[in-house]
Amino acid sequence: MYEHKAEVVIIGGGPAGLAAAVSACDNGADGVLVLERDREAGGILQQCIHNGFGLHHFKQELTGPGYAGRYLQQVKERPNINVMLNTMVLSVAEDKTIMAVNPQYGVMRIAAKAVIFTMGCRERTRGAIRIPGTRPAGVFTAGAAQRMVNMEGYLPGKKLVILGSGDIGLIMARRMMLEGAEVQAALEIMPYCNGLTRNVVQCLEDYGIPLYLSHTIVAIHGKDRVSGVTCARVDEKMQPIAGTEFDLECDCLLLSVGLIPENELSRELGLTMDPLTAGPVVDQLRQTSLPGFFAAGNVVHVHDLVDFVSEEGEIAGKYAARYAAGVLPTDGPVALVKATDGIRTAVPQVIRLNADDTATLRLYMRASKPERQVTLVISSGDQTLLERKLPVAKPGEMIVAEIPADKRGAIKDSITVVLKH
Amino acid sequence: MPTREQADVVIIGGGVVGTAIARELAKYNLAVILLEEQPDLAMGTTKANSAILHAGFDATVGSLKATLNVRGNELYRQMKDELDLEIDMVGSLVVALDDEEMKTLSELQKRGRENGVPGLEIFGRDQVLAMEPNLAPDIAGALYAPTGGVMLPFGVALAFAENASRNGVQVRTECPVTGFVIENGAVVGVKTPEGVIAAKYVVNAAGTRADAVSRLAGDDSFAIQPRKGEYILFDKSVGNLVKAAIFPTPTKLSKGILVAPTIHGNIFIGPNAFNLTDKDDVATTAPGMAEIIAGARRLLPGLPLASGITQFAGLRAVADSGDFVIRPSSITPGLVHAAGIQSPGLSAAPAIGEKIVAILGELGLPLLKKTNFIPGNPRHAVFSKMDMEARHELVAQNPLYGKIICRCETITEAEIVDAIQRPCGARTVDGVKRRTRAGMGRCQGGFCGPRVTAILARELKIPLTAVRKDAPESYLFYDKIPGNCEVKNNV
Amino acid sequence: MEEKRRISCIVCPVSCVGEVTVVEGKATGVSGFTCPRGQAYAMEEVTAPKRTLTSTVRIDGGELPLLPVVSQHPLPKDRIIECARCLATVRVAAPIQEGEVICADILGLKVNIVASRNMEAVH
Repeated sequence: MYEHKAEVVIIGGGPAGLAAAVSACDNGADGVLVLERDREAGGILQQCIHNGFGLHHFKQELTGPGYAGRYLQQVKERPNINVMLNTMVLSVAEDKTIMAVNPQYGVMRIAAKAVIFTMGCRERTRGAIRIPGTRPAGVFTAGAAQRMVNMEGYLPGKKLVILGSGDIGLIMARRMMLEGAEVQAALEIMPYCNGLTRNVVQCLEDYGIPLYLSHTIVAIHGKDRVSGVTCARVDEKMQPIAGTEFDLECDCLLLSVGLIPENELSRELGLTMDPLTAGPVVDQLRQTSLPGFFAAGNVVHVHDLVDFVSEEGEIAGKYAARYAAGVLPTDGPVALVKATDGIRTAVPQVIRLNADDTATLRLYMRASKPERQVTLVISSGDQTLLERKLPVAKPGEMIVAEIPADKRGAIKDSITVVLKH
Repeated sequence: MPTREQADVVIIGGGVVGTAIARELAKYNLAVILLEEQPDLAMGTTKANSAILHAGFDATVGSLKATLNVRGNELYRQMKDELDLEIDMVGSLVVALDDEEMKTLSELQKRGRENGVPGLEIFGRDQVLAMEPNLAPDIAGALYAPTGGVMLPFGVALAFAENASRNGVQVRTECPVTGFVIENGAVVGVKTPEGVIAAKYVVNAAGTRADAVSRLAGDDSFAIQPRKGEYILFDKSVGNLVKAAIFPTPTKLSKGILVAPTIHGNIFIGPNAFNLTDKDDVATTAPGMAEIIAGARRLLPGLPLASGITQFAGLRAVADSGDFVIRPSSITPGLVHAAGIQSPGLSAAPAIGEKIVAILGELGLPLLKKTNFIPGNPRHAVFSKMDMEARHELVAQNPLYGKIICRCETITEAEIVDAIQRPCGARTVDGVKRRTRAGMGRCQGGFCGPRVTAILARELKIPLTAVRKDAPESYLFYDKIPGNCEVKNNV
Repeated sequence: MEEKRRISCIVCPVSCVGEVTVVEGKATGVSGFTCPRGQAYAMEEVTAPKRTLTSTVRIDGGELPLLPVVSQHPLPKDRIIECARCLATVRVAAPIQEGEVICADILGLKVNIVASRNMEAVH
């Protein structure tokens, strides 16, 4: 078996993993190894050929591949970072031994001092939401279709219906129009749109594609290939309303119905998981419940802006390097972050009170439902740590707020995050 | 130009029954051709059923269903190692919810003993709950059958076909039978789009279409009623909620809605039972899924609906006679039926093979055993089941074992290539799925699907746009639509 | 005749919603946008809307069969599909540098289409 070792081993070479690698290296890690399953690094960015990436991070509007290219260049400039492509991790043990395999080296046993999980997400499937009907060719998740269209050069269909108004579905609606296909409609089960407003404008409105809110698909038709779908309006419980059905002819259904953090390795290790984010519980250093194991990016919670993914990766990389050097405290008093009253999830879920004072206490949160004219209040005990007026709060747009340095001393054993009217 | 070939026996239908018959006939010095109309074997009922190896207590004493189930169960246990079949004797429990149902259990036990089923016992509530703690606490008891189990139905059919093929049987997919050649009232051949195959004996194992095939030969002595059953399959992470196959007390219509493990460690629920006229209708339905969820919850109140990963439906081929139709045609000599094979058809398949061969022998088919019959298939490497050292060695022999294509189930490119290149290999994405498990995991082919498609294109030397999912016209991808204008100042 | 049009800005993910006053096809006033880029976008949106185009072109001899491309500047919104269909006729050869012009002055609209990434040549 091939034996290898590196101080910091990063599983997943997408934007989170690349940012973590650069940061770990710049924070003194003596050897960083990135394990990537695809033929090139960059992760999902390589198929996201549209622009809108990097407005915060690079103060520029880049395409996905352009953003990935920036990090790939930074990795290239650091000979301390080794990226292994076509490599799949098979298992990770508590003692930080990683078993992986690739065609070149066969099965590898890799010894690490610190491990960073940056595996990203997978897409929710038709089977998970139980759409009735036949099982013809032509039902794809939007991301899988995007890869085929943008990287392999094939179309998933010529007349499409999109289920789900998340960004990936909206982006694919426009992409398919540009490829000469017809997009009949986009349907969204919630009464509000999930994706960014800018995408509704430039992907649906620009092309006259109708968006049916509070609608879902109740049947898929077609024997060999999709021939159409039956749609229906839903009630407040998101159940189809009898009598509202209508049919849309199509040869392809793209599903954009949610992303699920890819946490098989995390669960196998027994990391404490957050049932709402479906990712591991992390502290502000992005360390998980198992010392020396860090996590960042979509594997922790689904992001909408890659800029914040890079931020998380940077944090995880820095503290993984510190851990590997033996200078990271891993126990001590903590404050648990409670998201309630209008806030569904908040990351990090734990604030370590004796950690490095330069570590940002930035919270990344999501609203439970769309709100207008609300105030974000972050408090600990009866002390308000931060208040910010938000004219609009949407579940599809992450709220980011930093607890000011001068308020750190006021943090007790829990922090509450709410939206007040 | 239509061709003319000669065979001793033609088998119509490549499901578990047709392939079991083919494998049995392969032991004899005979020219056998199996014809399957779909692009792959096992695409009918064989790929969409409860996958249960029944113990055999359910069927009426003395019926073909009863005798062939018990014999089939025995044969499978013998053949398991020979053909490396995926079978696990996890036992079955028929659960009674009240005293009335407990009485039915006693009848089943009695019937089972008469059918020759070993080890049947009736357990009280506490004993059942000790075995299966997640079952509903208010059950009355259960009939336990230790010889019940779970298996991989299409895996078994493919193993039969591969072995038949290695022993000289010709297996042809995408080759429907369009008619019979009849001389003096007897079968002398079958018509296919590729030409005529002359044969004195034709076995009708055509599943839900067996009555239509029979009518083509002038025999309308039975009718097949398709009866749909829907299923929901759950993630492996909840696979240990039940250990045995859990049945409700049966009714006249069906064995009821089960909660059972699969051979691979998932659990599933279903089937319901719904009579149809359309023999192509395998759509799942909202009421159907609601029905199986309700039925399953009665047995397993903690059914983890959020962990469902896929749903599917299959059609039972129900003969109007109520039993298997395994006999020569009384109208058209040369035609032998293996029809109406609803439950316990899967369990009976190897015994049906035996019986059909016996019938053919009685009709005059010379049965000379081959001296060079190869009873087994080469073992196919399963990377996911191997230890790290063995895996490393495999990659050293073939680097494609180091390329993981299906990450949910840890399936390598080499296994996929083998599944395509072996006898009776895969030609479609779902064919690869059935042979390797690639695409059966929680992402349901989202990651591996496009990659498997590309591998099929490469291995079959066809354009990627010609690769199909499963059904004959189920093309997955299209070429990009050509651009339509001149470019000025092209750099 | 004065008209007030409600515009959702698409320049950045905040998507401010504001108003543009239009008189005889000209934008005469704007309100509700929190940055100059948004104001500029909104004024243009009501008179001569533009969009950035991202798509792919065929590439021979590269690591991948397709090269992602982006318009250096926004193009007239009503010519976008035509531009995309035009790019579908383009074929280039690896190696390509990020930023390299793939299609100059597309359809005479005075906007270049450039490569979004490097693409190495493979042998």
